[in-house]
Amino acid sequence: MTAIESPKQALENQIYALALKDLLYQLADDDFLISFRGSEWLGLAPHVEEDVAFSSITQNTMGHAFLFYSLLEDLGAGDADKLAHARPAKERKNTVYAEKRNGDGSYLEDPYYDWALTVVRYFLYEVFKKVKLEAITNCSYRPLANVAKKVLMEQPYHLAHWRLWFQQLQEANEDAAARIQQRVEEAWRQFGDAFDLGPYGTEMQEAGLIADEETLWAAWFSEVQEVIQHMPAGPLEKQLGSGRFGEHTADLDHALHILSEVYNSDREAVW
Amino acid sequence: MEEKKRFIAIEAVLRTVDDPELPTVSVFDLGMIHEVVITGNHVAIQMVPTFIGCPALDFIERDVKQAVEAMDWVESCSVAFTFEEKWSTDNITDVAKERLKKHGISPPPENYQPGEEWTVDCPFCGSDYTSMENVFGPTACRSILYCIACKNPFEAMKPVVEYVYE
Repeated sequence: MTAIESPKQALENQIYALALKDLLYQLADDDFLISFRGSEWLGLAPHVEEDVAFSSITQNTMGHAFLFYSLLEDLGAGDADKLAHARPAKERKNTVYAEKRNGDGSYLEDPYYDWALTVVRYFLYEVFKKVKLEAITNCSYRPLANVAKKVLMEQPYHLAHWRLWFQQLQEANEDAAARIQQRVEEAWRQFGDAFDLGPYGTEMQEAGLIADEETLWAAWFSEVQEVIQHMPAGPLEKQLGSGRFGEHTADLDHALHILSEVYNSDREAVW
Repeated sequence: MEEKKRFIAIEAVLRTVDDPELPTVSVFDLGMIHEVVITGNHVAIQMVPTFIGCPALDFIERDVKQAVEAMDWVESCSVAFTFEEKWSTDNITDVAKERLKKHGISPPPENYQPGEEWTVDCPFCGSDYTSMENVFGPTACRSILYCIACKNPFEAMKPVVEYVYE
């Protein structure tokens, strides 16, 4: 597969453009939803330094989402703000595990959020993000390969942060270790769809955009098993469906309703 | 020759455009200028962003454009960020490193390995008896540290280097 240097060149091949856009939606929607869930923790993190760290990670991850939406904008998919705020749930391509609520209540009222879910989710997600981006650093679409390399320069900080939390809680007291383990078992039932390449998976591989699902999964598995003390048996499952195929839970509607509130109050506003 | 003078003049102007979050440290000295192209009276500048999520990028773009357009012979200036070049903290000049210290911000450590722990000397007293309080600081590009020797909190530019994929 020869290198595709520009959006114009990518759009010349209809199948290539479809596969590329679908991959970009996955990358953008994953980072966007996970950073929205992160933003809900603002002011609620376990201690003040964590609040600074988590919000910094969230802001940076939102920046990564913006870049992927911008690549879609360059391909004629529409305005980046609109892609982030105005697409209905059924068009979203994020893994369902990213949309999952932080816990009971809302960030404004009785936020009974679960820190174990957060630590487990972000650790598993950041390893996944690293593996997926590494698989596209040499992809055929040059603008995406460049962005992937740039994101990978910043992301080690995010991953290191969550890995440390994970290791420390796992080795803390029995209560902490049990809570982490319970969320790991849950993740095993729900995070499987992240590895799906979606309806254009075959085309993505043929177009030289990304490695196959098995390769991504194996790279992820070997990295997380270095850290998780009690690896659940069996493969990852898709109990909540597959976001890559547009299947989502009510938690996504909840997220979209909140995150698009300001945008929908005046869609023509100039920032 | 005339052309060369123009480039020198633009560079001098870019040395005066400060990062809004790092006063007295110019975008030039931070290593954010990738390319300057002069076509007649139009100047096109390609910049490399520091951190992607940095909210100051829009202000930097505006400030660079305004500063260059203030030159008499320039009719218009366009500024664009490119991702073909990767900004790294190794691009920061020695001038910027000295100026950062005056603001209580240590320059980034050298030979950093992505994801690993790192440490820097205190920008005030130079001691290496420092502790990392938070890798994440007030902006995406800075971390918070504490000097145990002179008992001052300080910040450091977070090292960001080219990612090597094994």
